[in-house]
Amino acid sequence: MIPSLTRRAALLGGLCLCCLPRPGFAADALSMDEVAPGVFIRRGPDAEATPENADGIANIGFIIGRDGVLVTESGGSLADGQWLRREIARRTDKPIRYVMLTHVHPDHVFGAAAFRGDNPTFVGHAALRGALDARGEFYRQRLAEILGGDKAGEVVYPTMDVKDGAEIDLGDRILRLTAHGSAHTTCDLSMFDTGSGLLFPADLLFVGRVPSLDGSLLGWFKEIERLKAMGAADAVPGHGPTRVAFAPAMADLARYLSALRDETRKAVAAGVPIETAVRTVAQGEKDRWALFDTYNGRNVTQAYQELEWE
Amino acid sequence: MKGLAMTRFPMKRLMLALGLTLSAAALAPAPVMAGATDTDEERAVRWTEIKTSIFGDRKAEASERAVTIDAPARALDAALVPIGLTLADKDSVKGLYFVIDDNPSPYAAHFTFGPAADPGEIKLRVRVNNYTNVHAVVETKDGRLLESAKFVKASGGCSAPMGMSDEEAMKGMGEMRMKFVGEPQAGKPIEATLMIRHPNFSGMQMNQITRDYTPARYIERVDVTSGDTLVFHLDGDISIASNPVINFAMRPDIQGPIKVVVSDNQGGRWEHSFPLPSASN
Repeated sequence: MIPSLTRRAALLGGLCLCCLPRPGFAADALSMDEVAPGVFIRRGPDAEATPENADGIANIGFIIGRDGVLVTESGGSLADGQWLRREIARRTDKPIRYVMLTHVHPDHVFGAAAFRGDNPTFVGHAALRGALDARGEFYRQRLAEILGGDKAGEVVYPTMDVKDGAEIDLGDRILRLTAHGSAHTTCDLSMFDTGSGLLFPADLLFVGRVPSLDGSLLGWFKEIERLKAMGAADAVPGHGPTRVAFAPAMADLARYLSALRDETRKAVAAGVPIETAVRTVAQGEKDRWALFDTYNGRNVTQAYQELEWE
Repeated sequence: MKGLAMTRFPMKRLMLALGLTLSAAALAPAPVMAGATDTDEERAVRWTEIKTSIFGDRKAEASERAVTIDAPARALDAALVPIGLTLADKDSVKGLYFVIDDNPSPYAAHFTFGPAADPGEIKLRVRVNNYTNVHAVVETKDGRLLESAKFVKASGGCSAPMGMSDEEAMKGMGEMRMKFVGEPQAGKPIEATLMIRHPNFSGMQMNQITRDYTPARYIERVDVTSGDTLVFHLDGDISIASNPVINFAMRPDIQGPIKVVVSDNQGGRWEHSFPLPSASN
């Protein structure tokens, strides 16, 4: 485990970066990291969606394979997706064959519309379609309120549903996809790249930015075990640095989720009401995560609803 | 008296359905929502209209003491806002109304207490769709109405998609639990928490593909009794959060088991009995 002081300093550094005023579209000020040969990732700032960042807050990027390009995450808006598409065009003229839609949240799927003209395969968890039915339009309207309708994008549905697992062949490498059980959301899709050995857990792994719980807390622990069993040394998290050592980063996440689970269980057992629990549970984690106050109370609300029925 | 559904404002409901916001993921709160900018005067007029629709020409007196509302000033999750209502003169209480002024269906809950109740405190969880006043009104046994208010900042609680699928939300519908707080002690009210599995669909959650709204399916009535004696009767509505949880108390001398009968607006009916915890002495 990283000592909390070091961790804190690192977090503050990250926050300062993303708080710098940036004219126009923020992503232009950000660069792609080549985290492995042919694998390019942009770090999303630990911030909420604003007109300035165009909801470009997730780690998005692409893999250039022998036979074409795979987009690992599409971006948080049409504007963010268009930016990513330009970054791809600067580096390769190979066709964009696949766009991953890693789960239903807007910062991961609203860039997809920027790639429609490339006619790629849009890849999603088998449950993504239903989740987009329930939430897609709601998210789009909300995003349009913040960014303006022309920048928000539209709901793009997967054209390839992954039920349990699937493989994608880019010629020089195989990408192994796993459709996960309910965890961060009910439609989390992870990917292992045999070319680089990197794991792409999407939002099953948050680093530095506090996780948000929108699926199942107990389910998330199960899926952490499945991710560990994949044996990757390094990973590209959905939020945080573009490449991290998998084990310690996942240990940090599991520590937060454990505090959330154990302290919520304790509150439920002791008859501590939900309105008190949202203020007391997992407070020991407060200084370890960006945006803690924005999400922790909500996470406790979700956890409480799940665990009170145990 | 009029059913709760009669007090809906259909026009307003449609308008509010467009005032969407999002709390589930990475989007910041909306800077200005409909209702956030209303003047105190506009709010007062609205409350008067709602009161008239519920109580006719009966007058309600302001009394912060008679009923105290505990609610977060800003909701963390608009789809689950915990509300605590503390009643000062519990022996004189006949009923309790809870209203969320700017919700599409403002009349959220009406409790009628029976002889087995100890109505010192009630807790429930509600949806809040807008920046709004919430009102609690106590009806005393001698027919007085005593009201108090609190302002809550929240948005999208009624129209926010509640989960990833309706099917998931319907799982286990009608399942119930009752938890008792602490060991029973002679002469002390018996505090209990009733939990009911039910999606309580507001009718405002839209499926984007079919453009259909998931039909409203909500709990209309809950009856809690001890033997033949009423603890409370609840008339509910779409503003109650999914999987309702209600905290209440019963008189110390009541007999078990506690029977709960729940019915919803689509003919669903569920019944469970819960034994009282045995006294430790």
